[in-house]
Amino acid sequence: MTGRESAKSGQKPLLSLRNINMTFGGVRALKDVSFDVLPGEVHCLAGENGSGKSTLIKIITGVYRPQDGAVIEFDGQTYSHMSPVTAQNSGIQVIWQDLALFPEMTVAENIAFQTLLGRWPRFVNYNAMREKAVKALARLDVTLDVDRPLKDYAIAQRQIVAIARALVGEAKLVFMDEPTASLTQSETDHLLDIVRTLSASGVAVVFVSHRLAEVLEISSRLTVLRDGALVGAYSTEGMTQSRITELMTGKTFDQTVRARNVNANPVVLEVEALSRPGQFEDISFAVRRGETLGITGLLGAGRTELALSLFGMLKPRSGTVKLEGKPVHFSSNRDAIAAGIAYLSEDRLSLGLIQPQSIADNLVISSLDKIISGGLLSDSRKRDLVAQWIADLGVKIGLQTDAISTLSGGNQQRIAIAKWLATDPKLLILDAPTVGVDVGARAGIFDIVAKLAETGLAIILISDEVPEVYFNADRVLHMAKGRVVDQFLPAACSLAEIEAAVYA
Amino acid sequence: MTAILNRIKVALGPDMAGPGFALIAVLVIFSLASPQFFSWATFGSVAFQLPELGLLTLAMLLPVLTGGLNLAITFTANIAGLTVAWVLQQNGGADAGPFAFFLGSVLGIGVGALSGVVMGLVIAYTRAHPILVSLSMMIFLRGLGEFLTRGGDVSGFPAFLQPLGHGSILGFPVPLLVFIGCVLIWHLLLTRMKLGFNTYMIGSNIEAARYSGVNTRKVLVLVYTLSGAMCAIAGIIMLARFNSVRVGHGESYLLITVLACFLGGVNPFGGFGRVIPVAVALVVLQLLSSGLNILGANQHLATAVWGILLITVMILRFAAGHFQSLKRKKG
Repeated sequence: MTGRESAKSGQKPLLSLRNINMTFGGVRALKDVSFDVLPGEVHCLAGENGSGKSTLIKIITGVYRPQDGAVIEFDGQTYSHMSPVTAQNSGIQVIWQDLALFPEMTVAENIAFQTLLGRWPRFVNYNAMREKAVKALARLDVTLDVDRPLKDYAIAQRQIVAIARALVGEAKLVFMDEPTASLTQSETDHLLDIVRTLSASGVAVVFVSHRLAEVLEISSRLTVLRDGALVGAYSTEGMTQSRITELMTGKTFDQTVRARNVNANPVVLEVEALSRPGQFEDISFAVRRGETLGITGLLGAGRTELALSLFGMLKPRSGTVKLEGKPVHFSSNRDAIAAGIAYLSEDRLSLGLIQPQSIADNLVISSLDKIISGGLLSDSRKRDLVAQWIADLGVKIGLQTDAISTLSGGNQQRIAIAKWLATDPKLLILDAPTVGVDVGARAGIFDIVAKLAETGLAIILISDEVPEVYFNADRVLHMAKGRVVDQFLPAACSLAEIEAAVYA
Repeated sequence: MTAILNRIKVALGPDMAGPGFALIAVLVIFSLASPQFFSWATFGSVAFQLPELGLLTLAMLLPVLTGGLNLAITFTANIAGLTVAWVLQQNGGADAGPFAFFLGSVLGIGVGALSGVVMGLVIAYTRAHPILVSLSMMIFLRGLGEFLTRGGDVSGFPAFLQPLGHGSILGFPVPLLVFIGCVLIWHLLLTRMKLGFNTYMIGSNIEAARYSGVNTRKVLVLVYTLSGAMCAIAGIIMLARFNSVRVGHGESYLLITVLACFLGGVNPFGGFGRVIPVAVALVVLQLLSSGLNILGANQHLATAVWGILLITVMILRFAAGHFQSLKRKKG
């Protein structure tokens, strides 16, 4: 299929893979995959977690060795497998999601240090290094102070430094793994511009991203993997987000607006003129029992800070918060939890869950009082409580004592939700609940959210993905620069209207 | 056979494998090497020497589980011992009564706990590294102790303290009984109490624990306070064993307590580790030194062998991990 397509375009591919098979511990991670990248194109590699994307990248960059019979053609050379050194020397570079940079070193050192490795004499020529760095940044049309330590720069600039480092390595093909995961919209736009510049200068870019809108915007072709097998290679012309989701998951999702009218329900949370200068100002809104209130806006709009203030972890400067009609002041999140407010962190990996610890312990950590019997923690009570929540939320796990990090993103998020539900909250704040959750598993998370709302729980759903709040919230607030600028009722407006307002 | 082994493994926990294996190895090797090894004399020497190191190791364990360290343990123990000695001397020295000892012990444990409270508060509120904080406390306590004792010994305690250091109840040495009691308390604390649960959680990720509603500062302060109090108990046992207090007593135990924790399967970065395997690891260390003693080896050589044992354990643990990941890859 891929062969036909590249033949059709008449261009000889820069990279061409055939018969790629890979097995880990009896599980076939890749089944007979083919993959082509044309010179200078922006190509997207799409697939859910576990579909084999990273394994494929690791084979191309020589980290893994595919099973016998594999054919890797790159830039006119044929290999049966790559090694990290051949891959780099022949011009293949990867920008991993964690960037693999050195925060304490300067920008110049970060960009140019690879070129110094193994050269004789083993002295560092700082001037040559600076020159190389400046040149690489100039190619990207970016100016950064190359003498400043990297840690002075935000994640978006660090990304650019990582790209510049790839350029210094004379890259012909650059892989970018989830490059926009932690960027704001304007930073993402800037990055996409840089990718275009790169592609125009003849470097092929393979983009791995969960954000389908970007995929459609930036790439000309798309290869989809599912369960380690190739689904196909497609031109992005005429492709839609829902079509890509279908290809990735093999299922069709028809999204319907779930908004209901809950105006008759009593108010649970009432916020009046809440301010924390520099982060959010003059915020007023109310959430009713059984209501899902969506809050959207770009990153940096003050959404998370607002949520943390309601959760007692930040102190608002002025304004009032009323819970079921009574004014509340929290001196810590313990007060908030006791009062019935729960907050699911946007950063599940480092703040939401304690990754090395067990599934059971992560679930009960916020409600230890429930498993106390006779003054001591009871293992059997813990087991029962965990088993009950796992059944209720349909979580797939091995043993309760397995580390939570062994679960998929979707199942981890279900445990995180269960952890908060176990505290009997009146209000559940979900901050970006689908970050790092597969497209296929997201629907499951929102089914849970809808069920919870049915039981009378008040929910605040924060997301920078407008469709999520549009389809799943009863009401949507739009935050920008720390203020609520608008309110939408999904039942009475279109998705495009909200998107236009948010991304304007 | 493997099924039985697996059952035992599950029952004891995976972290029991290392110390358990070391225990069997030491028992087998020494009983082959010397017929006198399996004797009351060996048991007695292990039973009397184990508690000092053991109690100090318990004091080290809690901070290590939170991802920290308490380098002040030996000096905290001796300052607490000095406190007891001071109270006894104020009440007549060798003629002091049991009540004076009781009062002194309460005060001594209070002093130990106070040193922990200070460290805990500094660590919890300034987020300074526990190594630096406890190192500062150690230097302070050493200086204070040397100033108070002029660098010498304090001795001349009432005779009724003898049994606490050297006596036996039903054949069990009193210090050993104290140690076993403390092991059980620590075990209960870590497996069945909120404080213990939160100690593990903080050790793995303190910020995530805070976001989950754990009072991380309170937990840290309590952990160091309990560590300090446990040091004081060790100090009182040392006072009774040596019949004297000196600021430098047991100084060489400091780093061995850290290593005993790791030998007992405690994760050096915090979050994982149980009391019982650590206690077994301590028995192994003590058997090793007693065994070498019986064979006529020099006391210092025994210490060197401890070092070799610990390095061997690290290498074996690495090799076991490597082997397991290979097995997983190959399937």
